[in-house]
Amino acid sequence: MTTRAALFIGLSLATTVATAQEIRPGSAFLSPEMRRQQSDEARNPGFLWVEQGEELFSRRSGEAPACITCHADPERSLKGAATRYPQVDAGSGKLINLEGRIEQCRTQRQRQPAFGYESPELLGLTAYLASLSRGLPMSVTTDGAAKPYLDAGKAVYERRQGQLNLSCRQCHDDLVGEKLRGDTISHGVGTGYPAYRLEWNEVGSLHRRLRACSLGVRATQFDYGAPEYLALELYLAARAKGLPLESPGLRR
Amino acid sequence: MTAVVLACGTSARPAVALEPYAIAGDAIPAPLAGLSGDAQRGRAVVLDRTRGNCLICHRVPEPDEPFQGTIGPPLADVGARLDDGQLRLRLVDASLLNPETVMPPYFRTEGLRDVAPQFRGLPALNAQEIEDVVAYLARLRTP
Ligand code: HEC
Ligand code: HEC
Repeated sequence: MTTRAALFIGLSLATTVATAQEIRPGSAFLSPEMRRQQSDEARNPGFLWVEQGEELFSRRSGEAPACITCHADPERSLKGAATRYPQVDAGSGKLINLEGRIEQCRTQRQRQPAFGYESPELLGLTAYLASLSRGLPMSVTTDGAAKPYLDAGKAVYERRQGQLNLSCRQCHDDLVGEKLRGDTISHGVGTGYPAYRLEWNEVGSLHRRLRACSLGVRATQFDYGAPEYLALELYLAARAKGLPLESPGLRR
Repeated sequence: MTAVVLACGTSARPAVALEPYAIAGDAIPAPLAGLSGDAQRGRAVVLDRTRGNCLICHRVPEPDEPFQGTIGPPLADVGARLDDGQLRLRLVDASLLNPETVMPPYFRTEGLRDVAPQFRGLPALNAQEIEDVVAYLARLRTP
């Protein structure tokens, strides 16, 4: 990924990211009823995943320390953490998202097998940690070591792809507010994820949503956690800077 | 402006060679491969989510189809606005007229990237389907 990201540096000298005031959160495009339901913990089914994640956070498996052993008082100590992902991991120099960080703690600190993308455990823990930042402004780092990844994400966002030859930008900047079938096209920010989608009948990750957009234009669906989606995730988070984190979101 | 476009795919999978066509002005006057279109079949292609799936973006006079898109122009009178050749060119590759267009190229395999494996080297619609859709659109004449 480092070489791939490095390739992009030469291509874009200055990556400009639209500012948050023109970009609206996903919930702004929901019906008023769904918007109310999203913010109501008792009626937003995503909170079932949050509760499971919270439970898992303090559960020990075997000899391994629980997450809470290292992260005491998570409501305070991990508040805001999710707003800073994805970020470049100091150890490896690679871009990782919140899921990646959780898996890293799991395999390296707890010495347990990785949960795997879209497993109920990883979704629960991710949704739980994200929920601790609900309402807080997105604040990813985009300069320094993050810059090549940001540029790579922007390049993916802007290039046409798939048999239908459309870019993310064409839909999520140029066609915002238009109807694509029954959906109203939003700014395509990821701040509601992990989100409960009615179409899925469950909570899913941002990368699952991105795979759906790729499929929609008949483009290659990259793997969960693939460098392309990670870089995109950073670019989306940068576009969303200052917007409130909404996970667990509620979506059609 | 007259140009002959010889389309042949060059992607990893052995691509189907697309039938050549000639452009005159903003139209492809002759039917692709000399085929004649069938409006009924064309209607099916337009509505089918796995083929044309045109309604994600366009409105057509089909009252039983809820949730029609608002991305492209409404097509209710497109047959009165455009002749067969003009319709054909816009389906084949609307970017020939507007490089920035959102309208997908339905009869093109070149210059596309990251196409999903199952669609690689194939046009979104084949020559017969294009002619069928042209026949369907040509009949839409009432706004
Ligand atoms: C043909 C149009 C189209 C293209 C191209 C497209 N999307 Fe989407 N996208 C949609 C629609 C429709 C939705 C569902 C409605 C919404 O939330 O915007 C959506 C949803 C999303 C969401 C979820 C937003 C939310 O709050 O729930 C994200 C994030 C997203 N897209 C990102 C992308 C990215 C990144 C790309 C390129 C890889 C992309 N999209 C390409 C149409 C598109
Ligand atoms: C992703 C969105 C999208 C899809 C899918 C789509 N179109 Fe379009 N279409 C457009 C847009 C946008 C335009 C306007 C083109 C321009 O101005 O460059 C357009 C233009 C057209 C025109 C020219 C209309 C005019 O008044 O000049 C026709 C005809 C047309 N589309 C038919 C179709 C048919 C038939 C299908 C399916 C086989 C289809 N489109 C699929 C977005 C789409």
